[in-house]
Amino acid sequence: MTTLTLGKALNMGLRKAMEDDPKVVLMGEDIGKLGGVFRITDGLQKDFGEDRVVDTPLAEAGILGTAVGLAMRGYRPVCEIQFDGFVFPAYNQIVTQVAKIHARSRGRLPMPIVIRIPFGGGIGAVEHHSESPEAYFAHTAGLKVVAVATPADAYFGIQQAIASPDPIVFLEPKRRYWEKADVDTDATPDPLFRSRVLRAGDDLTLLAYGPMVKTALQAATAAEDEGRSIEVVDLRTLSPLDLDAVYESVRRTGRCVVVHEAPTTLGLGAEIAARVTETCFHSLEAPVLRVGGYDTPYPPSKLEEDYLPDLDRVLDAVDRSMGF
Amino acid sequence: MEPVGAVATRTDRAPSVEGLDAASLLDLHRRMVRIRVFETEAGRLMESGDLPGFLHLYVGQEAVAAGALATLTDADQITSTHRGHGHAVAKGAGFRKMFAELFGRVDGYCHGRGGSMHINDLSIGMLGANGIVGAGLPIAVGAAFAARYRGDGSIAMTFFGDGASNIGAFHEAANMAAVLQLPVVFVCENNGYAEFTAQARHMRLDDVADRAAAYGMPSEVCDGMDAVAVRQACRRAVDRARAGEGPSLVEAKTYRYYDHQGVKGLRKPYRTQEEIDAWKARDAIELLEARAAADGVVDAAEFARVWEETRADAVDAIAFARASPLPDPATLTRDVYTD
Ligand SMILES: Cc1ncc(C[n+]2csc(CCOP(=O)(O)OP(=O)(O)O)c2C)c(N)n1
Ligand SMILES: [Mg+2]
Repeated sequence: MTTLTLGKALNMGLRKAMEDDPKVVLMGEDIGKLGGVFRITDGLQKDFGEDRVVDTPLAEAGILGTAVGLAMRGYRPVCEIQFDGFVFPAYNQIVTQVAKIHARSRGRLPMPIVIRIPFGGGIGAVEHHSESPEAYFAHTAGLKVVAVATPADAYFGIQQAIASPDPIVFLEPKRRYWEKADVDTDATPDPLFRSRVLRAGDDLTLLAYGPMVKTALQAATAAEDEGRSIEVVDLRTLSPLDLDAVYESVRRTGRCVVVHEAPTTLGLGAEIAARVTETCFHSLEAPVLRVGGYDTPYPPSKLEEDYLPDLDRVLDAVDRSMGF
Repeated sequence: MEPVGAVATRTDRAPSVEGLDAASLLDLHRRMVRIRVFETEAGRLMESGDLPGFLHLYVGQEAVAAGALATLTDADQITSTHRGHGHAVAKGAGFRKMFAELFGRVDGYCHGRGGSMHINDLSIGMLGANGIVGAGLPIAVGAAFAARYRGDGSIAMTFFGDGASNIGAFHEAANMAAVLQLPVVFVCENNGYAEFTAQARHMRLDDVADRAAAYGMPSEVCDGMDAVAVRQACRRAVDRARAGEGPSLVEAKTYRYYDHQGVKGLRKPYRTQEEIDAWKARDAIELLEARAAADGVVDAAEFARVWEETRADAVDAIAFARASPLPDPATLTRDVYTD
C-alpha cells in the first residue's frame, strides 16, 4: 500500500506500461524534458529516452496522425493533449481516422492509441482550459471513452487503456490531480469498462464520473444527515456505458440523478437518462434528473463556482427527485 | 540532439539607421513603456494572488508590438495570441478595461467574461487574443479579405510565435493569404521557445521567415529588440499590403523575460541565466532611450515623463479594476446567442 496523488499514480502507471511493453511510445507537447505541464510524465524521458517519450512540435493534428501511423505498424502511442480545449485541432484525425480505421480495414488494423486529456474545471482557468468534451467522443463509434476518479483507478486504468487494442480517450480530472489515496499496486484491478458502486443506498441512485465522483460522495454523506440513503455509482466508462449495476440499483431505489460538469444538453446524462428510462421504466418513481454545466461556453474563473455542479445543486436534484 | 537555447546572435545586427524624428521615437517609446508597466504590474498582481487564471506576459518582447503597431491605424485589424496584452496595449487599449478584465470584473473588455487570453477591442481593430495557438492566423486572413471587399484601404496583421508556426493553421492561413493575395502581414514573434521547448528542438530552420517562401510570400527577419527595426520591416510589409501586393511575413527575434506563464512559472529551469542576461543586456526600451539620447533627438526628461505618466495610469486603472463589481452569476447564460 502506498499513498499516491492521482497525478503520481498516472505517472507510475505510465512507467509500468512502458516497462511492460517496449512498443509503448509517449508523445506530446513538453512531456519529455519538462515532464508535462501537470508533471504526469515527469522523469519518464530521462529513463526511457527521447525516442519513447517524445517532445513533439506544437501540432495536435500531427501528433494524432502520427499516432495512427505508429499504431498501424504495431506500436502503442499514448498522446498527451495538454488541456481539454487543445484537442480540437486533432479532432479531425480522432474522428475521421482513429475511430474508423479498425472498421475500415475490416478488423485488420487495430488502433491501440490512448489519448490522455486533462479535463474539467475547478482550477481557476478559463475557456479551452476547463472544458469537458467527453460527449463529442462518446458520440463517435469506434472510440472508447473512460474517466478516472481515484488514484487507484488512475494507476491501473492507464495501464489497462494502453493494453487495450481499441483507441481510448482517457479523461483525467485535472482538479483532482493533487488528491491522495492509498493504492495497493499489487491488487487485481477491476476491469476498465465496468462501472462501480461506491456506496450502497436505498432511496436514490446517484451517478457521476471523473471530477464529480467526489462531489457525489459528499452529497450522499450530506443527504444521510437528512435521513436519505443514496447509492453512488462511479460510471468509470462512458463509452461503452456499463449500466447493469445502475439498472439493478434503480430497480431498488426508483430514483436516479446523473451529474457531470459538461453542459447538460446532449451530455452523457441524456443518454443515460434515456437508457435508464427504457430499461427501468416501471420501477421509476421520478424522471431521471440531470445536473450539469449550463449550455454556455466555459465561464471565466470568477463565475466557475456558479457554473460547476456542486453539493447544493446535487442535493437540490435529490430533493426534486424525492419530491416527485 | 543537443539542448540548444534561443539563438541570440542573429539579433546582434547593427542598430537601424533610419533617422526617426522625436515624435516617432517617443511614440515607439510610449507604446513599449505602456506594455512594460502594464505587464510588470499584472505579473506582480498575479504573484500576489490577486488575479485568477493564467497570464502569459509580454515583458521583453515590447519592441515587436510597439514597432509593428506603430505602422497601423485604428481601421486596421489585428488578431493576437495567448500572449496578447502587448498587442492590445500597443494598439491603444485602455489600462482600466484591461486590468478590469484581468480581475474578472464587469468593466473589463469582455465584461469579466473573457480574461487575459480573450481580450478584444473592436473600436481599435483588436479582434481578439486567443487561447488556441494558431487560431488567430486564418481569422486575420478573413479580416484582410473583408478589408479588400470593403475597399477602405485598411489591412490586417496577425501575431504568432515560433511555436505556432508548427501548427497547421499557420500553413493554411499563409497559403490562403498568398493565393488570394490578401492585404495581411504575418508577424512572427520568435522568442526562441514554445513553452519550455527551445526552437532548435521544435523546428529545423533558424528562421521562421524561411517558411514564407513555401507559400510564395516575401519575408524578412528583423531585430525584435529594436523597435525601430521592427517598425521599418513592418512598414515595408504594410506598404505592400496597402498597395495590393499581397501578404508578407516579418519575423522579429525577441525574448521573453518571464516564464511561459506567470512570472516565475513552473520554476523548472530550461534557460540558462547567461542566456537571459544576454538578452536583457539588449533591452528594447533601454536601447531606444540610449540611442535617442546619444543622437540628441529626445531629451531624457521626456522619457522619464512617459514612465511617470504610465505608472500613474496603472495605479489609477488597478484601483478602478478593484472597485468594479464581479459579473452577476444570473447573467451566466447570456450572450451565447444573439437573442
Ligand atoms: C492548440 C493549442 N495547443 C497547445 C496549446 C498550449 N500552449 C499555449 S502557448 C504554447 C506555446 C506557444 O509557443 P509560441 O507560439 O512560440 O508562443 P510564445 O508562448 O513563445 O509566445 C502552447 C503549447 C494551446 N494554447 N493551443
Ligand atoms: Mg515562442
